[in-house]
Amino acid sequence: MMLQAAPDPLLRVENLVVEYAVGGKTVHAVSDVSIEIARGETLGLVGESGCGKSTLGRAVLQLRPAVSGKVLFDGHDLTTMQGEALRRMRRRVQLIFQDPIASLNPRRRIGDIVAEPLVISGVKDPGRRSQLVHDVLSAVGLDPALVIGRLPHEFSGGQCQRICIARALVLNPDFVICDEPVSALDVSIRAQILNLLEEMKARYGLTLLFIAHDLAVVKAVSDRVAVMYLGRLCEVGPSEQLFARPAHPYTALLIDAIPVPDPDIRPAETVPVGEPPSPIAPPSGCRFRTRCPRADARCANEVPELRAVAPGQFAACHHPLV
Amino acid sequence: MSSGVLLSVEDVVVDLPTPRGNLRAVDHVDLAVGAGRTLGIVGESGCGKTMLSRAILQLLPRKARPSGRVMFDGQDLLRLPAEKLRRLRGRSLAVVFQDPMTSLNPVLTIGTQLIETIREHLELDLAEARQRGVDLLAAVGIPAPEQRLEQYPHQLSGGMRQRVAIAIALSCEPKLLIADEPTTALDVTIQAQILDLLAREQRRRHMAMIIITHDLGVVAGRTDEVAVMYAGRVVERAPTSALFKQMRMPYTEALLAALPKLDAAPHTPLPAISGRPPDPTRPLKGCSFAPRCRYAAGRCNTEKPSLSRAETPGHLYACFHPIETGAGAVA
Repeated sequence: MMLQAAPDPLLRVENLVVEYAVGGKTVHAVSDVSIEIARGETLGLVGESGCGKSTLGRAVLQLRPAVSGKVLFDGHDLTTMQGEALRRMRRRVQLIFQDPIASLNPRRRIGDIVAEPLVISGVKDPGRRSQLVHDVLSAVGLDPALVIGRLPHEFSGGQCQRICIARALVLNPDFVICDEPVSALDVSIRAQILNLLEEMKARYGLTLLFIAHDLAVVKAVSDRVAVMYLGRLCEVGPSEQLFARPAHPYTALLIDAIPVPDPDIRPAETVPVGEPPSPIAPPSGCRFRTRCPRADARCANEVPELRAVAPGQFAACHHPLV
Repeated sequence: MSSGVLLSVEDVVVDLPTPRGNLRAVDHVDLAVGAGRTLGIVGESGCGKTMLSRAILQLLPRKARPSGRVMFDGQDLLRLPAEKLRRLRGRSLAVVFQDPMTSLNPVLTIGTQLIETIREHLELDLAEARQRGVDLLAAVGIPAPEQRLEQYPHQLSGGMRQRVAIAIALSCEPKLLIADEPTTALDVTIQAQILDLLAREQRRRHMAMIIITHDLGVVAGRTDEVAVMYAGRVVERAPTSALFKQMRMPYTEALLAALPKLDAAPHTPLPAISGRPPDPTRPLKGCSFAPRCRYAAGRCNTEKPSLSRAETPGHLYACFHPIETGAGAVA
């Protein structure tokens, strides 16, 4: 099943499998995932801890070797690339992490941190480098004159995330993977950074993979949303549609579990659906079946394939809700 | 709520000496919790909500200088001798912290930790205490409790560990449970289960509870009253439904507005709060929120607003230019 996002997607992941060994056992982190991201699109990727969403992001960048499958970036298969060719491709893909303070070297000055990608990619003229650093820092809302000579500890979490975004954008990439970029930030700062990401997307013509566990945050920025559970994709669809009419019982569970800031909406006593099993020994068939109210014998025996349930919306479920 | 006040925090101040000068973490806070009631304390990092809970529990850093009164069940906890305080904590006053991995001892089994707490406070022999431990683990939704007693914390998932921490907190039938960001470290489906569990046990035991959180969504459906903190002070306090229906303090409104909403269309710009909270070692002369407030004018920068009464009984706010009732943006 190909989830056609556009005739000429910027990123196309085909049947990607990523596994790692832990204490002699195999963690099935990403199992047979296929997904596309169109040029200029933001794809939100949601799921709980251990579902494989971060591993998928890293595998796209080849920071995690794939066991099998392809990662086609602008038509080139990154999984077969090495050395200089891969490095050249990677310049077009940047990563923003969850913990902005830990992502910055505490002993280097902000100007040097943001200039580093330029140095690595061979921009030799210091005047040119400092111009680019100046421009990108202004773009993310920092005053270059005030920040370039300072050290990371002099900045708050929100400002450090602005610096990380500047560093990711200084090479003018096509594609940015944001891995939980706002989950370490306070509510009032989170909104600033989400708005900034949207502005930067428009200004630099970016395509985004936005990984997060918070559905409301993902919905705020994404054109389409993909839901992962225990290494597999459960559901993919346009944001509005997916939230209005989830087809996969897991998507529905996630949406119901969000605390809504409205006292008139009494939280429904959740069905005690237990906890996700270990990705070392995922359940047979549908991996969600051990927590699913609709599961039957077929779910234990047969892995559900992603199937169209509505225009643009796909769910991997034998008993979809729509 | 005048009858049966269990805890009353009266004019509490917590000062912390730092190399950069005095840091006033809690700044003249008054709060009350009735028996069997739930109070939510909401605020962002550094607003003083955790320091306030530490002051109630008398678990402040050694350097901290608290003042005011914390009346619990007729006694002032700030002036209680250490030994009496120790009897009270764990027995009548229990706490659940954010990170269950750090609140459980990694080298002791679940059973040892649970039974130790029970026997420390209740006159039970080992077999009785063990049975009580098994019953508690079952009550907090832990499958196969007998076997769990023999396990160590690292053998359990984060959600299960938090259930154990709750079982320990509930073990001596406390009158007040303080839950400090009890679900922040947990996944969203587990968070819902843990919040349900706390609510169920609270009803069953007629226990009072304080939920401390940064998430307005967590307090909305699950508390009787909410206090919003900013820069060490309570800036708005109200019965939960009144707060969400007609918030008066611009900070509360801005905090709610800045939350991404599930029913908003994608790519809707969020009304962000500009800037960030003030440096707590450099207190402002006027309202602490004034530099970030879109309504700030005149005396907001020179004078601190005190808590004043709104029309709804029990609703207080600290603002010179409160949001007009009826016009308040309700999300």
